[in-house]
Amino acid sequence: MNPVLKLLIEGISLTTGQMATVAGLTEAEVNQHLEQLKKDQIFLGWRPVLDLSHEAAAASAVRAVIEVKVTPERGGGFNRFAERIARFDEVESCYLMSGGYDLLVFVKGQSLQKVASFVSEKLSTIEGVQGTSTHFMLRCYKEQGFLLDGGEAQSSRLNVAP
Amino acid sequence: MSTCNDPKRWVAGHVASLPRSGIRDFFELVAKMKGQDVISLGVGEPDFVTPWHIRESAIFALERGKTYYTSNLGMIELRRAIATYVEEHFSVSYRPDDQIIVTVGVSEALDLALRAFCNPGDKVMFHQPCYVSYSPSVTLVHGQAIAVPTYAKDNFALTAEALRAAWQPGAKILMLNLPCNPTGGTCDRTQLEQIAAFCREKDLLVMSDEIYSELTFEGTHTSIASLPGMAERTIFLHGFSKAFAMTGWRIGYACGPAALIDSMMKVHQYTMLCASIIAQEAALEALKHGWDSVLKMREQYHRRRDLIVRRFNEIGLTCHSPRGSFYAFPSVTSTGLTEKEFATGLLTTQKVAVVPGSAFGENGIGHVRACFATAYDQIIEACDRAERFVQSIKK
Repeated sequence: MNPVLKLLIEGISLTTGQMATVAGLTEAEVNQHLEQLKKDQIFLGWRPVLDLSHEAAAASAVRAVIEVKVTPERGGGFNRFAERIARFDEVESCYLMSGGYDLLVFVKGQSLQKVASFVSEKLSTIEGVQGTSTHFMLRCYKEQGFLLDGGEAQSSRLNVAP
Repeated sequence: MSTCNDPKRWVAGHVASLPRSGIRDFFELVAKMKGQDVISLGVGEPDFVTPWHIRESAIFALERGKTYYTSNLGMIELRRAIATYVEEHFSVSYRPDDQIIVTVGVSEALDLALRAFCNPGDKVMFHQPCYVSYSPSVTLVHGQAIAVPTYAKDNFALTAEALRAAWQPGAKILMLNLPCNPTGGTCDRTQLEQIAAFCREKDLLVMSDEIYSELTFEGTHTSIASLPGMAERTIFLHGFSKAFAMTGWRIGYACGPAALIDSMMKVHQYTMLCASIIAQEAALEALKHGWDSVLKMREQYHRRRDLIVRRFNEIGLTCHSPRGSFYAFPSVTSTGLTEKEFATGLLTTQKVAVVPGSAFGENGIGHVRACFATAYDQIIEACDRAERFVQSIKK
């Protein structure tokens, strides 16, 4: 596997210089790998994992998970719906699912009303959408592998031990 | 009346004679720098927290009211799991009923074995540099410690030649720790076969501490107990601290011939009684479902090893590539400093803690131990600081 991709998958916070040191490459080679991964549409961009619950301005944002049931189209299946829904700015993620519904859509809005109006005015009015079920997120405990309570207590380890 | 005014009156002579640990000295030096930006490569434990499923199983055990003693030998379910694990990973078969004892870490297993098998005056051989407790543990049972040197030119593998050269009449026990703390040295199968032949020739009992065996990066770990004619003269010692990141749980085990395990159990039942049931429950979960976590951690250690060894050699600190464990053991002789001067200078000027190699015996002189069980960015920064320190000496 591409050594830079391996480091990216592990999600360890490293600068490109540090990646180079870890992987035994030059920084220029790391950048070349990153460019290639972008060209291959594997590496889409950087985004930090944040806990904004203590950040008043950002904490007011509302997130919801929406189950969407659609009638698949002849020839296009679910793809056209999914691609259309995914293009809305409010949509953070969109998945085709097995089970009782077809698409799972993660949505973020500035207020409950804005999310509600997105669902009622945009999402549910798309032709072929049979129904939606919206679940508002109340509190986050773990985000993309990171615990939001400060994680593990590491500080009390001995500095020198046999 | 105060008894403390004259401790010599009360402290046993062999305890009073124990040298102060070099690790302890350095620990206190580092402790004085609390609050400063010290990067520690001086630890002897994984930087990973015990995998959650293992911790959760211990919580569940408490919820079910598992707060009582277990059999002296340990829970039978755990001993069965140990037997299966050891057979799969080390190719040695032990009966759960009478050939396995669960202990409070490998340290207790080692102590039990020495107390059970070493008469006063018996000679106990071990390779050096070695874990700090080996020589004192022999002294504590009134045995006579015989250090067998290992060298950087051999990647700190123990050789049968060195063993033969150090052997003395009356030698009874050979203690092995492969891969080794602090050198990361280990022996390949051919080397082990030669050592095994020597043990059979000299009728030595082997105490094989294989606590770092899962953290073998190249080749396959071979247990000396798996070699022909060795299981009957080997106490296989192992535990959960390193591979499963469970240092604080203090849980280990010993496997061996039933009569020998029974003698260890005699000591154990009158001293420890049994290992903590909570730790035993956690260990059982580790053996049942923890192997994926071990592999993930080993992969991380492997890459960190490559990084730190490469950087030390770039800096000019000659460093062999440890085949196992999570320790690098570079030579600092190129700097013109002793290992203690180097470690103290690196700590006070660059705030990086490593352990002087002499803490692990006189054959560690000229080296320092650097633990790479720490995050990449910390290793990178520590090596950069070490480079600045080395350059400052040259000026």
